[in-house]
Amino acid sequence: MSSIGLRDLRHSYLRDPATDADWALKHIDIDWSDGGAYALLGPSGCGKTTLLNIVSGLIAPTEGRVFFGKDDVTDIPPDQRNIAQVFQFPVVYDTMTVYENLAFPLLNRRVPKAEIDAKVREIAKMLDLEDRLTKRASGLTADGKQKISLGRGLVRSDVNVIMFDEPLTVIDPHLKWVLRSKLKELHQQVGSTMIYVTHDQTEALTFADQVVVMHEGTVVQIGTPVELFEKPKHTFVGHFIGSPGMNVLPCEIDDGAPLFAGRKVALESRIEKTAAGAKLEIGVRPEFVSFASEGIPVEIVKVADAGRYRIVDTRHGETHIKLLVAEGEALPSEGACIGFDPAHTQVYADGWIIA
Amino acid sequence: MGGKTINHKAWLFVLPVVLLVAFNAVIPLMTVVNYSVQETFGDNVFFWEGVNWYEQVLHSERFHASLLRQLTFTSIILVIEVPLGVAIALTMPREGPWVSVCLVLMALPLLIPWNVVGAMWNIFALPEIGLLGKTINSLGIDYNFTQQPLAAWFTTILMDVWHWTSLVVLLAYAGLCSIPDAYYQAAKIDGARGWAIFRYIQLPKMKRVLTIAILLRFMDSFMIYTEVFVLTGGGPGNTTTFLSIDLVKIALGQFDLGPAAAMSLIYFLIVLLLSWVFYTLMMRSEGEP
Repeated sequence: MSSIGLRDLRHSYLRDPATDADWALKHIDIDWSDGGAYALLGPSGCGKTTLLNIVSGLIAPTEGRVFFGKDDVTDIPPDQRNIAQVFQFPVVYDTMTVYENLAFPLLNRRVPKAEIDAKVREIAKMLDLEDRLTKRASGLTADGKQKISLGRGLVRSDVNVIMFDEPLTVIDPHLKWVLRSKLKELHQQVGSTMIYVTHDQTEALTFADQVVVMHEGTVVQIGTPVELFEKPKHTFVGHFIGSPGMNVLPCEIDDGAPLFAGRKVALESRIEKTAAGAKLEIGVRPEFVSFASEGIPVEIVKVADAGRYRIVDTRHGETHIKLLVAEGEALPSEGACIGFDPAHTQVYADGWIIA
Repeated sequence: MGGKTINHKAWLFVLPVVLLVAFNAVIPLMTVVNYSVQETFGDNVFFWEGVNWYEQVLHSERFHASLLRQLTFTSIILVIEVPLGVAIALTMPREGPWVSVCLVLMALPLLIPWNVVGAMWNIFALPEIGLLGKTINSLGIDYNFTQQPLAAWFTTILMDVWHWTSLVVLLAYAGLCSIPDAYYQAAKIDGARGWAIFRYIQLPKMKRVLTIAILLRFMDSFMIYTEVFVLTGGGPGNTTTFLSIDLVKIALGQFDLGPAAAMSLIYFLIVLLLSWVFYTLMMRSEGEP
């Protein structure tokens, strides 16, 4: 068992990276503790698969080191790293049966026959594949094949880390739930570290204890789902997580408090100092905006019904502010004003949180 | 009742294809069938022979000898070209500037007209003036493909391998290129190496294209005519007289149209039967759950 440490990782697919944009991973420094469930979340092209492949050893990083526990594994090939990986598209060995597929990694490692048999049967039971052991793997459905991919990792007793690269992409929606809860269950059962790459916030937030949000090759925030929701460290996290995303409003700072629309916006803390020329913004989630008797005057633009609540799109000047109103609650007709919850209002300078 | 409209207009749309197939396959085939059951001495005079010609061909030692030569030749060709083609495809680069160079080099032999291939190899292998023939002889080996049956076979096989292995290479290469990276990555993590990767990933993924390659090479080599005709003319003696060369000798050399027609049909049925056997054997496991 081991923790994972990524030290000063940088990676570029180009031979001579010159500009910042040439780096697929700009600077990554992360510690993952043993046995945790982590998610790498970000839009396509943010570098999450690259990062995953560096951890598994399929890609050698341009700069930086990878540590498993105290051991530097940067130069060790994937099959000796005690990791398993499940890919976006299920990988099964077509000519083999389900049993042979599960036994394959052990056969390659010259594990004794009896031990292989016991292990394969144990894992097949865990994954509900027992009744299909003698069937050809190529005849299974996508979710069955994905279970085999996962099973080939689970059979190995040396595996400490299991990595998933958007494993549910090709799975039918109704089976996604089933497979996801199976993964959660397996994580508790086997106790290995699991790293799950996805661009789907629901998948990330339900699977992981800690979510790593990535954007353009950098880690913008690492935190629990609650932290990501309540205190996004970067406006990108605010946008990317939550539906609808966080409101981001331009502001100025005056006497330690942000000014929006000529009014002071109350915060829990005081802003000490800001860098000159930085772009200043207020971030507040629609969940923490409400209509008030006095505050920022707005005009209601659009109301969308989302079931138990309504998403109200309002406007002050050119700036749109979304807020949520519970089902059955009346909307103000004229002269509407809104207010922000001070405990959940943040100020950002150049995208990064300052208060 | 069902609301299906019965519309005979559809036949009109199929008609061109029916006519085309009729003119280029069915009618010529029927002509051959017609010849195979009759005797003619020209002047459009025909005598009914029934299945006589078929019996004659099937019992003819000459036909047996040609068929045996043909089967031997085709077997040798397949045994050399398929593994060699796959081996070359495996060593070809999957990306980079060398890909197109390799592909063009591989495609070159396929672009040369068949009689030119025969002529090239004829000159190339001549013992006195050909580069190949002269080189072999200067090594102290007595080599003359116009006189020695073994040398003739060697040259014919070498020529066919040179001419047609590329086809297997290109098909196998296409099959290899269609394997997603994830398979190789998964194999790496599973600890599979070299042979296991070939046996469990590359070979199964190439199965379909290899089936096509084997079928094409089987049919083409079983019907080989032009290159061998130009290279050896079927000789020395009859040692490289394969089925089609023999057939042409009977039909045009001796003008025995009846036996030639019967032989054509038997020949055709053999190709059909063997193709079916190959296909069934290779696709056997495909449908299994």
